[in-house]
Amino acid sequence: MARTLFIETTYLVASVLFILGLRSLTNPERARRGMQLAAAGMVFAIIGTLINHEIVDYRWIAVGIGVGALIGYPLGMWVPMTAMPQQVAISHMFGALAATLVGVAEYYTAAGVVGPGRMAALGFETLFGSLTITGSLMAAGKLQEVLPGRPLTFRGQNIFNIALFAVTVGIFLFLVGHPENAALFYIMLALSLAIGVSMVLPIGAADMPVVVSLLNSYAGLASVATGFAIGNNVLIIAGALDGGSGFLLSVLMSKAMNRSFANVLFGAFGTATTAVAKTSAGLTARSISAEDAAVQLAYASLVVIVPGYGMAVAQSQHQVRELAEQIESRGGTVKYAIHPVAGRMPGHMNVLLAEANVPYDRLYDMDEINPEFERADVALVIGANDVVNPAARSDPSSPIYGMPILNADKARSVIVLKRGMNPGFAGIENDLFFQAGTSMLFGDAKASLTKLITEVKAV
Amino acid sequence: MEITTITELYVFVLAGFVGYQVITRVPPLLHTPLMSATNAISAISVVGAMVIAGAHYNRVSTILGFIAVASATVNVVGGFLITDRMLRMFRPAGRGGPEGPITTGAAAPGKPVAGATPAGAAPAAGSPPSAVR
Repeated sequence: MARTLFIETTYLVASVLFILGLRSLTNPERARRGMQLAAAGMVFAIIGTLINHEIVDYRWIAVGIGVGALIGYPLGMWVPMTAMPQQVAISHMFGALAATLVGVAEYYTAAGVVGPGRMAALGFETLFGSLTITGSLMAAGKLQEVLPGRPLTFRGQNIFNIALFAVTVGIFLFLVGHPENAALFYIMLALSLAIGVSMVLPIGAADMPVVVSLLNSYAGLASVATGFAIGNNVLIIAGALDGGSGFLLSVLMSKAMNRSFANVLFGAFGTATTAVAKTSAGLTARSISAEDAAVQLAYASLVVIVPGYGMAVAQSQHQVRELAEQIESRGGTVKYAIHPVAGRMPGHMNVLLAEANVPYDRLYDMDEINPEFERADVALVIGANDVVNPAARSDPSSPIYGMPILNADKARSVIVLKRGMNPGFAGIENDLFFQAGTSMLFGDAKASLTKLITEVKAV
Repeated sequence: MEITTITELYVFVLAGFVGYQVITRVPPLLHTPLMSATNAISAISVVGAMVIAGAHYNRVSTILGFIAVASATVNVVGGFLITDRMLRMFRPAGRGGPEGPITTGAAAPGKPVAGATPAGAAPAAGSPPSAVR
């Protein structure tokens, strides 16, 4: 009894520290301390669990923790910030894998003798857990570009997916009433794994911020179900925090793209739409030399930098900061405009720029920065495309019409760093590139920025 | 439906409310750390996995439990480490200039460690803070 009391106390402490830890994330100054407390909470809970009377053998636990730490340490310490979206996706996979295996082990041990309530929890856990495992692997594959980033689709795919999901949920519901059907349980497991694959493959790489957040939410919900299945409150609390935050983020991301969940999941964006959208025929973009661009930047009093996925691909965040420092040393002000879905996951650009030592108070959200573009002498667009496409405001026929964008086109002049004239990931031509005040600086972002830095120094 | 299930539902619903209140206040600036932080926190499922791995219910569940412990630990260790690594990078203007050159590794040992130790969390939990850093 005293033992159980002690264990439950460590869980309570852990829960409180987790909530305090997340609360500290509202303020970048306190965030680190808060998360260290949360980590301490985790260690308390683990130590508490060690004295659980059901545990008779510590060998497998020790080896498991050892192996996990061996994999986790390099994942945490050495993965470069540019690979963060893949890293996050992979960690959702690990979380879901743990939840799923606990579910399977519980079901196997109970040999089908479980009440409907527990069966519902176990089934939910296995269903959501396993679709998150494969879904996250697919997302990571797309982000790492092991898999093609474009949507992989076939005829009747949506109907196939919906049918697959319906059958799986049907089996789940049947199992709640008839938990002794072990074969059906494993069929449900296999089908859920298949759902994860078929759900994520048709989604384009540019929509990954929503997918990654959604998978985050599913992994959390699987943990909640684990908590219900084994009667553990700290799991329910931590899972609810995880599931809730993932859900909120996916709602925010969908809003930032002006699309519904359903549209992201079933829309297969960027396949068919390209043909009908506006073409660039008859329009010419003006290209500019690094020298001329540097002169504009050097004499600007306000420069707004709009980073996009291209900056991440070129890994040029350090050059961006260096260029900003050059402009600032000549008396100009530099601000960064961050679109919520710039990059491949929520907050992607912020992390990259913070890594390059850009102070976070120079990073502005869309709503804060949009009124400032009118005062800006230069908007410097680095590898961003759809998030600055004015068609989202003006062209009802455009597939991205209605999406909130950064008003880079309102700046006095716009310099776009871009590799070539390929359309963005949504496959749509960007009017901004053909606007009178816009000039294009073609080339790899890193090379172009390095040239700009030297030229600004020379001005 | 047992009475404990209802209690668990209470816990779930209330935790959901608290979570909503807390998480909506996290600025977009920290959305990536938020993701990795919640992910690390939900790796608390390691405690469930530990019981299964150590309980000798049967061989299958021991093996599954072992894999589950390993994968949850990946997230415990990796998740908290990476969250800390990211949060360490976020600095306001005017700080991090001289001692925070380009690599984050070089900037780390300076002030953040000194700031964290006096409060006493480090000695209390033994190994964890070292794992955090």
